[in-house]
Amino acid sequence: MSEYVFPVLFGMIAGIVDRLFMLRTDYRQYPTYLHGKIVHIALGFIASALGAVAVPALIEENITAITFLTIAASQFREVRNMERNTLTRLDEIELVSRGSTYIEGIAIAFESRNYLVIFTAMVTTIVYIAFHIYAAITAAVVCIWISKILMGGGKIKDIVDIEYVDPHFEGEGLYVDDIYIMNIGLPERREEILKYGMGFVLKPKNFNARSTIANLGQRQAILHDVSIALGVYRDSGTPALVPLAKRDLEDGRVGIFILPQNRDIQKAIDVIGNTPTLENAIRMPSERKAHKE
Amino acid sequence: MSSVEKMILAVITTNPKKAPSGIAVFHCESREEMYKIGANLEAILDGIAHSLTDELMIVVKH
Repeated sequence: MSEYVFPVLFGMIAGIVDRLFMLRTDYRQYPTYLHGKIVHIALGFIASALGAVAVPALIEENITAITFLTIAASQFREVRNMERNTLTRLDEIELVSRGSTYIEGIAIAFESRNYLVIFTAMVTTIVYIAFHIYAAITAAVVCIWISKILMGGGKIKDIVDIEYVDPHFEGEGLYVDDIYIMNIGLPERREEILKYGMGFVLKPKNFNARSTIANLGQRQAILHDVSIALGVYRDSGTPALVPLAKRDLEDGRVGIFILPQNRDIQKAIDVIGNTPTLENAIRMPSERKAHKE
Repeated sequence: MSSVEKMILAVITTNPKKAPSGIAVFHCESREEMYKIGANLEAILDGIAHSLTDELMIVVKH
């Protein structure tokens, strides 16, 4: 038996364990139970095998083996496409859609997780070959910890203050605090909205946050997450009952209007706060040179 | 590529003088009738009934 069998096997196991750690079904209900998971575990297995096998190949001076990894890269770019296509299709039949920014964020996350698996498998195998199994176990734990940090990302509560406000009408105009949301023509709809609606104001903590929450995709992500977590008082054929987020042009605050089935204010604030800040929505105008001068 | 995102599907009014041309207009006797027709049209057309003035409503597809 080759001397590399155990290091490679160990690297593969470390990679798969890493993938399992990053694969958790939470309130977003994605990936869905079992079948969706099997796809990702299988891809994680391939990724870890590629990462682990590359090391002995390089040690044996098969330098061209590195081209292996380019195949892996194109393979996992395909994963991103797959996720994007699936989610975009599903988004059409959601009562409150995810929005393309959120979908793109999820798709990128799925692709990058596979690279982290390759990294874990590779590092663990190298450490196993160079030292011994105990060092490799430590390396695996460190890699999983790093993966967890890298996959964490920011939350909305880090960049805004969230405050509950009762929605109200001025004439036909629906307002959350002093932010205009929409015009509702029918009195019975207005009654329903006052009965079931809840309003929140997101106050940006700094100038960067102001630009980030102005992003339409970020706002849609918040609405989607709240609607998933608390339910939504809505059906097809009732387009007036739609959760909306509008912006105050004066100071960049965002008014969130939702119609939850579970009217728990604290829970709603928690869910809004825990919405991820989407990578594609983050803006950093203060990093610009002119700002610093 | 540009596409029309919003569209007025119907107009409901109690004042025929205020109704635009070139679109389906529903003339009503009273505001109650206007609201009733508005609620029905909202459900049928999958649009939102918006009120422009006291005597004029539009159903818009968003």
